[in-house]
Amino acid sequence: MIEARSVSKQFGSFVALDDVSVEVPAGSLTALLGPSGSGKSTLLRIIAGLERPDDGRVLIDGHDVTSRPPQKRGVGFVFQHYAAFKHMTVWKNVAFGLEIRRRPRPEIKERVAHLLELVQLGGFADRYPAQLSGGQRQRMALARALAVEPDVLLLDEPFGALDARVRKELRAWLRRLHDEVHVTTIFVTHDQEEAMDLADQIVVMSHGRVEQVGGARDLYDNPANEFVMTFVGEVNQLGRSFVRPHDVEFGDGDEAFVERVVHLGFEVRVELRLANGEELWAQVTREEAKRLELVEGARVRVRPRHSKVFG
Amino acid sequence: MGKYVLRFTALGYLALLLVLPVAMVFGRAFENGVGAAWESVTTPEAKHAFLITILITAIVVPANTIFGIACAIAIVRQRFPGKGLVNAIVDLPLALSPIVVGLAFLLLFGTGGWLHDVPFDVVFALPGMVLATIFVSLPFVVREVVPVLREIGIEQEQAASTLGASSWQTFRRVTLPAIRWAVAYGIVLTTARALGEFGAVSVVSGRIVGKTETMTLHVEERFQSFDYVGAYAASVVLAILAIGTLVAMSLFKPKEGA
Repeated sequence: MIEARSVSKQFGSFVALDDVSVEVPAGSLTALLGPSGSGKSTLLRIIAGLERPDDGRVLIDGHDVTSRPPQKRGVGFVFQHYAAFKHMTVWKNVAFGLEIRRRPRPEIKERVAHLLELVQLGGFADRYPAQLSGGQRQRMALARALAVEPDVLLLDEPFGALDARVRKELRAWLRRLHDEVHVTTIFVTHDQEEAMDLADQIVVMSHGRVEQVGGARDLYDNPANEFVMTFVGEVNQLGRSFVRPHDVEFGDGDEAFVERVVHLGFEVRVELRLANGEELWAQVTREEAKRLELVEGARVRVRPRHSKVFG
Repeated sequence: MGKYVLRFTALGYLALLLVLPVAMVFGRAFENGVGAAWESVTTPEAKHAFLITILITAIVVPANTIFGIACAIAIVRQRFPGKGLVNAIVDLPLALSPIVVGLAFLLLFGTGGWLHDVPFDVVFALPGMVLATIFVSLPFVVREVVPVLREIGIEQEQAASTLGASSWQTFRRVTLPAIRWAVAYGIVLTTARALGEFGAVSVVSGRIVGKTETMTLHVEERFQSFDYVGAYAASVVLAILAIGTLVAMSLFKPKEGA
């Protein structure tokens, strides 16, 4: 288990973390989710020992590691921009941690070969990082971090620099890897879909504070406050209440004008304007749109199926 | 058409101001034949001057390489009060005339100077010449390494530390290989400067023939004594050393664009 207890950190006058406490269960895959400047990367770097907190403690498996340097924390860290050792081959990159630990040659050979297979870079051992694609470089960085068998794997926006298709592939692949290796993993992301897709537990952060901790479904169905409601999932704001686009019901309620209908394959996005001038959009299926005759310029009646108001 | 004008201008400029003068020196050195030139650079005074120059360079280059790398890392990777000032002071030797440097050392270590009482001779002796040469050639490694350190960033070093590497291991295995070409180029510039230093050394050495005379001082001394072949032949030796350094550099330098 990893614990951050009342961690605070300031950079000059900017408060990056304000009395943050988080618990990450052993063996879990946890996401730190938030917009940029929310403090999620700072928290990750403090857990790794790459930054020192101004206040508070970090515990790994019950041991206080707050004043331990990163070398002695047993963490593997993966950077957004890979941080590949450019002058070393893929093989040397992955072997780095093992060579530092002076493991016997045959053991290093075996372990590196195994890891390269695991990250599907078996044929790339003699290449240099510059000769790899972004996705391959990030897989190499993962193998390098896993080589030393860390107790904790920390990933800082690991897929942030990759294009959408590769990102999805790597996501699925990381999930499988975690199921195989079972190392306690924390990753930072600003992409709520990524967090919901991968994580067992999501820690939502903003402005250096934890807004809510929970599973994907929990956060979506029972957001603790306005921030979580608007950050996790799509939402319309009507006055003081919030409505999910798929909770907009047609046929009854207030009069509305259909301004635009966008077909996104299976899903149809209907942009509406209410009589009082407020705008919202509804998410319906193709069949529903057809049945309800939702076309641009139509007049309809809508009401929220569920809505939420935060004090 | 435009590109030929550009090329002609650039190459013409180089030829006129760099190649021609050096070629003239070679020509004058051998005008009485190779034998005469050889004889004049193998006199005991010339050989001694040559030895002094090599000795100074052999001390100065390693010292400024180690200091230069350490200083560059401090400037780029660490925060400390007065960092901006240090960064500016490193350039001082480039701005200050070497003769002023020489006079400053004379004031500091000479009769009545603050550091006159060190237990060995500094002024008019080898230690002073080494110090003066260190001073004037100090910025080169720092100035070559600083931008490269900035460019490679800190993430590779942080990655190494999370993988268990100590600061020294990180430096040896990650930082140094990444800055090696900058260091090499800095060494070449430092070497060239150390071999060619005249002004500062001329003041602190006292120019005692056969004792504190370097190759450059020897060239001037020969010239003042109307021994033109001696002066030009010694110049040729200096030029060959400098060209040798550059060639050595280009041999192990990575190909451009790679």
